[in-house]
Amino acid sequence: MTNIPETGRTPRVQIRLVVIQILVLSLLGTLGARLWYLQIREGDAYAKEASGNHVQQVVSPAVRGSILDARGVPIADNETRLVVSASRTDLLKMKDDGKAVLSKLAGVLGLKAKDVIEKVRLCDSKTPQPCWNGSPYQPIPVTDEATPKQALQIRERAEDFPGITAEPQAVRRYAAPGEANTAQVLGYLSPVTDEEITKAKDTDSPYLRSDQVGRSGLERQYDKALRGKAGVTRYEVDKLGRVIGQAKSDKAEPGANVVTSIDSRVQRVAEYELNQAMKDARKELDRNTGENYKADSGAVVVMEAKTGRVVAMASNPSYDPNAWVGGISGKDYTRLTGKDSNYPLLNRAIQGQSAPGSVFKVIPTAAAVNAGYSFDGPYQCSSSYSVGGQVFKNFESKGYGPISLGRALEVSCDTVFYRLSHEEWKRDGGIKPNKNAGDWFYKTAHQFGLGKETGIDLPNEVTGRVPDRQWKQDYWKANKDAWCKYGKKGGTYAQQIAYENCLEGNRLRAGDSVNYAIGQGDTLVTPIQMATIYGAISNGGTLYDPTVGKAIVSPDGKTVQEIKPKSHGKLPMTQQTLSEIDGALEGVATRGTAAWRFGGWPQDEIPMHAKTGTAEVYGKQTTSWFTTYTEDYTVVMTISQGGTGSGASGPAVRKIYNALYGVSEDGAIDKKKALLPEPQKSLPKIEKDGSIDSPKAEAYPPPKDEQASEEGQQPVNGDNPAATVPDPNTGNNRDTRRRTARPKKRRRTLT
Amino acid sequence: MTGANGFSVSGYGPQRSSWTRLFARDSLARRLDWPILFSAIALSLIGAALVYSATRNRTELNQGDPYYFLVRHLLNTGIGFALMIGTVWLGHRTLRTAVPILYGISVFLVLLVLTPLGATINGAHAWIVIGGGFSLQPSEFVKITIILGMAMLLAARVDAGDKPYPDHRTVLQSLGLAVVPILIVLLMPDLGSVMVMVIIVLGVLLASGASNRWIFGLIGTGAVGAIAVWQLGILDEYQINRFAAFANPELDPAGVGYNTNQARIAIGSGGLFGTGLGKGSQTTGQFVPEQQTDFVFTVAGEELGFVGAGLILLLLGIVLWRACRIARETTELYGTIVAAGIIAWFAFQSFENVGMTLGIMPVAGLPLPFVSYGGSSMFAVWVAVGLLQSIRVQRPMSA
Repeated sequence: MTNIPETGRTPRVQIRLVVIQILVLSLLGTLGARLWYLQIREGDAYAKEASGNHVQQVVSPAVRGSILDARGVPIADNETRLVVSASRTDLLKMKDDGKAVLSKLAGVLGLKAKDVIEKVRLCDSKTPQPCWNGSPYQPIPVTDEATPKQALQIRERAEDFPGITAEPQAVRRYAAPGEANTAQVLGYLSPVTDEEITKAKDTDSPYLRSDQVGRSGLERQYDKALRGKAGVTRYEVDKLGRVIGQAKSDKAEPGANVVTSIDSRVQRVAEYELNQAMKDARKELDRNTGENYKADSGAVVVMEAKTGRVVAMASNPSYDPNAWVGGISGKDYTRLTGKDSNYPLLNRAIQGQSAPGSVFKVIPTAAAVNAGYSFDGPYQCSSSYSVGGQVFKNFESKGYGPISLGRALEVSCDTVFYRLSHEEWKRDGGIKPNKNAGDWFYKTAHQFGLGKETGIDLPNEVTGRVPDRQWKQDYWKANKDAWCKYGKKGGTYAQQIAYENCLEGNRLRAGDSVNYAIGQGDTLVTPIQMATIYGAISNGGTLYDPTVGKAIVSPDGKTVQEIKPKSHGKLPMTQQTLSEIDGALEGVATRGTAAWRFGGWPQDEIPMHAKTGTAEVYGKQTTSWFTTYTEDYTVVMTISQGGTGSGASGPAVRKIYNALYGVSEDGAIDKKKALLPEPQKSLPKIEKDGSIDSPKAEAYPPPKDEQASEEGQQPVNGDNPAATVPDPNTGNNRDTRRRTARPKKRRRTLT
Repeated sequence: MTGANGFSVSGYGPQRSSWTRLFARDSLARRLDWPILFSAIALSLIGAALVYSATRNRTELNQGDPYYFLVRHLLNTGIGFALMIGTVWLGHRTLRTAVPILYGISVFLVLLVLTPLGATINGAHAWIVIGGGFSLQPSEFVKITIILGMAMLLAARVDAGDKPYPDHRTVLQSLGLAVVPILIVLLMPDLGSVMVMVIIVLGVLLASGASNRWIFGLIGTGAVGAIAVWQLGILDEYQINRFAAFANPELDPAGVGYNTNQARIAIGSGGLFGTGLGKGSQTTGQFVPEQQTDFVFTVAGEELGFVGAGLILLLLGIVLWRACRIARETTELYGTIVAAGIIAWFAFQSFENVGMTLGIMPVAGLPLPFVSYGGSSMFAVWVAVGLLQSIRVQRPMSA
């Protein structure tokens, strides 16, 4: 074959054919280049866009784990509610977009067809509420209050209700077993915020718009464990949103259960007795102010001395955490957080701080010994002590003569500690400290763990305050402008104070050191700090991080992650000093300031140790402090504006011990009545299927038996418990109804 | 000239029927252009796979039979192949004599589209519904008759040796021949086909050796005509929107820009090797419209990747490259013009079709030769292949 044309082909045609050929090839080359650009260079971007195009996620919520008490009784769990939902994807497949089905559904549910259709439509800028603002691939809840009968109707005639499901769904419930509401320790859930949704969007466990997140207490502390993992099913959809395949499916993993060291029975006693003590205090006349004590708030901690585990923790005023379930109403929210609410959300056991008064004295005692003073003394317990013309009186101006430090603790002699602290202050250089100032009294307080968190497994613990030189300096810096502006020499008392503070508020003055020695002045502690310290004195000197959580149990029960007691230090004293202080504190309970409250206590069987405190607060009534311990437990109670330590808190603490050990007022021990004569060491029994045994009598008591058994639990309580149960903050009828009658009935019918 | 001898080509006839003779030196089989044939078959088969992938889930189209379109595409290919054999059998020179009849029939058919027998599919009023699920798109055949008709007129006196180039009168005649069906198609309106036909006319005139004045005159007229069409409002709104969307793809991505956007996402997401046949999410999700016909290239882009889509371009390139060779090597101007017309047709239609899926051309309803589903188009391109083969086979006619 030849390439040369045999005709007399003119070059014009031949050239034009070559032009055509070049043109054609360049067109193809253009396509090839463009193809390369789209597929190779920009390919990843387009692939991403394509996957965004066709993959839709459906998230199924995980059931939140329960919070159990030490015996396995649920204190926060879930109740089942019947939720009827409609799947838009299915409805849109129907000719009338599912209108007929929704109308029929409305009939069954006793709702208006219009309302149901409106609930199922998607929200957009033009659509007013009600409308669905979640994912259109998510089943849209029509009602969460379906009756079992309605659910059965829908389920049995599934062919009449395509795309409609009626399924039980878990909703948080704070069961308050035996009326122990444990509100502040449990905390609460509130809906997830937009910010959190965005943040968790691309993680393994994205939030649903309907998700609840732990905001406080255990719910927040153990939120991650409790929440579990939401199930995510990724569907491939076509351009009309029809599902054409399932790309990936991760089943929802229910959250783990958290076993706590709380014993709901003891908790109930603690709550009840605290409330009772505050009520009683309000009947007492405060001779200083001429009015009855206000007893505005209080807290009590029952802790295992040898482990730091919290057996009970109550804060008053309290509230019903069920108010948060299903979204808190504006009215409830104001009631819980408003100005006049007295802030029942605060857990005063860890968030309430006040001057400790005399319960602080174990710290200057140890500090004095560490500074070189002998425990035995003797030290002069005069009725007053003056520093620079200022007279500091002993409590009730009583003198005891020369006594040991132990005796000073027993009788709570202030002047002994005034003198020691003042001497130390002088030795350190007074207002202008030496370079090598020992600051023993302050150093020791820090070593006791004051001025910082105890590390309890609850969020937002406060630190309290040790008013040492450094703090003085910092505080003065922050406030001097205000002080100097307000202060006036020879003005009102407040103005005079401000004036003095302005001048030398950055200095640790003699008066400060004197006040500090008895836990007054600027000293602040929390009840949990006191419990930790007294627990350490009881257990031989180990400061444990208090814990509420005891173990995290996986939903299948196979993995049990125990939360072991952890220490954050030792008490800064020798065993010798420790046992001397221990002896002195036993003396407080037997012959000192608390003896009158422990009349008839079986001291030989259960050695009781105590310290009372009555802290003065400027402009307020005195704070009652009562710190006690036995071999196994520490009980600390405080009542703000409640009166004296032993006076206001004494009876309540005694009754808590009575309940723990089964002691009656006359000192007889009835082991059968004892709630917890020894700390609960073992975890509740976990069944093979992961369920956790809980004592039946506690979990399902009929209301009347419940009261009866409670009477049995508190034999020492002279009052009728039934009459005194209601707490002003917990009387929410709606919630009570919700968590008792309805769910139980439903569960039975449905499953 | 021995054109009358067209049938007794060596290697083709009843006297030599054995297989060896078929492939003997200078035999028909030896002289067939195999690269074109193989490329055309390969393109049709790739097309079958792509059409299957695009339609297997589309129950609303395939009447529940996932193989509905696959079978039909293969059937169309088979018929097309038979038409090619028939065309080679008859030979392009014989067809030359039949041009008046073919021209008459095709003009009649396009006129028929304008009657109530015509049907509108995808916005183009370009179809005649035959019944039984079959429909005909006469404009596809008009492309062939325009090529053959113009070639007949333009080459007549040159091949006879009278003149080196067609004179003005002949060019005018041939243009008149082309303008009639083009105007009818414009009235449908099937703008895509009109564009192809105008390009065909341009290619034919180029290859005929007509004076440059005609070439530039035609390009000028085309431009003026395009402006006139735009200004006179002959275009439907959807056609204007297509141009608007081409000019600015981000314009209304849910509306007019949707097709091109989704097409580009489909192709872009394919990457080097693609998702694999039947696994493309854009395809299975039916995000790209008309995926078995006009947008079939997106299936290749997504599921076969750069490798597969590039192969399609390569195969088209082979067809065009060989066609150019045939055009250059044939001894008669008639064959050259026919081949050039086919080149212009295939090249422009492929460029427009692939170009619109890649976002470098405005959207127009044109099938990708061999690959897109559609009987009329398939038949027409295979007849064109037959013409090319015939030109090649009959080249050394004076030997």
